[in-house]
Amino acid sequence: MAKLKQDKSHEMGLHEEQLKGRTQQRFFSIDESENLTYFHSFDVDTSKSASIDALEMTPREINREIRALMEKGIGDITVDNPMSRHGVGVGILNRLNLTFSDSLGYFGCGLIDGPNVHIKGRVGWSCGENMMAGTVVIDGNAGSTFGAAIRGGDLVCKGSVGARTGIDQKGGTIIVGGKTGAFSGFMMQRGRMIILGDAGMNLGDSMYDGTIYVGGEVEDLGVDCVPGEMTELDIRYLTEKLGNYDMKAPNGVEKMQKYVSGKTLWNYDNLEPNEKKLIL
Amino acid sequence: MAGNFQGKGDYFMCGIAGIIHKNAGKDVNIGEQMTAMLQALKHRGPDSTGYAMYGEDNGNHVVRFKVAEAADLEGSFEIHAAIENRIAAVNSRMEDLGAKIVKKESATEYSHRYEIQFSGDMKKLADFVEDIEGVEILSIGNSLELIKDLGDAAVVSEQYGLNDFSGTHGIGHTRMATESDVDIRSAHPYWAYPFSDVSVVHNGQLTNYWTNRRALELKGHRFSSNCDSELIAVYIADRINQGQDLESAMKDSVEYLDGVFTYLVATRDQLGMAKDVMAAKPMVVYEGDDMIALASEEVAIRTLFDHHIETFDPYHGEVKVWQN
Repeated sequence: MAKLKQDKSHEMGLHEEQLKGRTQQRFFSIDESENLTYFHSFDVDTSKSASIDALEMTPREINREIRALMEKGIGDITVDNPMSRHGVGVGILNRLNLTFSDSLGYFGCGLIDGPNVHIKGRVGWSCGENMMAGTVVIDGNAGSTFGAAIRGGDLVCKGSVGARTGIDQKGGTIIVGGKTGAFSGFMMQRGRMIILGDAGMNLGDSMYDGTIYVGGEVEDLGVDCVPGEMTELDIRYLTEKLGNYDMKAPNGVEKMQKYVSGKTLWNYDNLEPNEKKLIL
Repeated sequence: MAGNFQGKGDYFMCGIAGIIHKNAGKDVNIGEQMTAMLQALKHRGPDSTGYAMYGEDNGNHVVRFKVAEAADLEGSFEIHAAIENRIAAVNSRMEDLGAKIVKKESATEYSHRYEIQFSGDMKKLADFVEDIEGVEILSIGNSLELIKDLGDAAVVSEQYGLNDFSGTHGIGHTRMATESDVDIRSAHPYWAYPFSDVSVVHNGQLTNYWTNRRALELKGHRFSSNCDSELIAVYIADRINQGQDLESAMKDSVEYLDGVFTYLVATRDQLGMAKDVMAAKPMVVYEGDDMIALASEEVAIRTLFDHHIETFDPYHGEVKVWQN
């Protein structure tokens, strides 16, 4: 870890050293034990199963029931009849096998860090928003802002998705089996997006970093998005990643096109001076 | 959208829904279906709810009009006398232009439904009636019934007896008022004056409202509110007047209208959907063999099914029209 300078800026949670490479660093004191674990993160046993019939339940009741089961150590949960409700399966911060037998509405499985989720239907807008780790696999289609601000994990839609897929993506992998709508990868900052079908207009608009792979036609590229060179490493990565989810590029991964940011932002890898931060 | 042109936003609010049955005749209870969908969208807008539903054409023109706002009834005691005078004036003016009123119904003191027999100039009739202070025609059609009032879908449906309305298709709207008042005038759907049986609901914001409104007013079209959504209804009416079919008019509208929007249009036998080029407003579509259902959220469509259904989001700039 880089040497910390114990000054005012550090007290405020800031630090002045330059980041190396592309890894975000977190700083904490070993004495602050509460910072070493997540609140409401449970030690579950995936060999223990339970199911929930959500037909007459509100989203809050469904989420509370999932948490109550995790609290009992149950690590394999099936939710029947979610009926496209919004905000379900959110805020799960531990390993868990979670299956939804049908579609979800908006903001499904957002703010998660660790679970493996399988949705046997469709999802509405903003599925997997701010996801940190784990996997979410959707059998059907997905709405807009799929994987908004995702930071880690794999978010997989076997069907097609709406507009602004991976907007503000900060890490992780988004995989789309079909088409994706306009402005996908808008302001993408890190991570990878794999689109096996066509991509709508303004792909990768204003992206800073990250990589987008497209298997079909691209309507047009957004500002700062340029074609990149496919390498052996890209092909190996795509083959293995798609294989994890039994998915294949229609014309083979070799024929996929790679897109990256054509512009490096000034001082992108550097932290701003403390003085400037303090003024702000 | 909920408010008028001046507003910034409403970006996530107001709900729209539509349904069309392709092979079911006119005996489907679309009133109950629309109410279920709109009630499921209540969280997107609880201020007012509106329906445009298409039922049996018995040869008469159905005229839906209001002679006051719901809030006017709380204003003064004189309003009741004023309402009576306005109704009398409506009757008189209709008869003056040769319209024969064959049936009168009223769900509230301010909201009325007439069936008339009339073969004259519908625009002239509408203008003459609306010239009466406080009177606004909500719709004229042969099969269109346009109902809108304050409250959620359960309230409006109960008030107007819509839960056993049989027909082939309909569209509806739940409104969250932002910049314009909570009143019937600003509620959706909008009738595409002066064309029979054309109605519009909209979720979004149009940013070139005034420019286009002025241009359409110069062509003789009338606007009854300051709500930007009305622009869509008037624009579609103008295009139909020029001989365009619904689908091509809607495709042109995607270029003509600036802003973020998803809207639905219904005619006597069609239901259309258009989405802006940014795809910024939601819409989920279920396309079955016998029925198409659309809504801002899938949770509304799921009120019609107790089993898994395949749905999808239309893409940016997409226009779709279905025939019953």
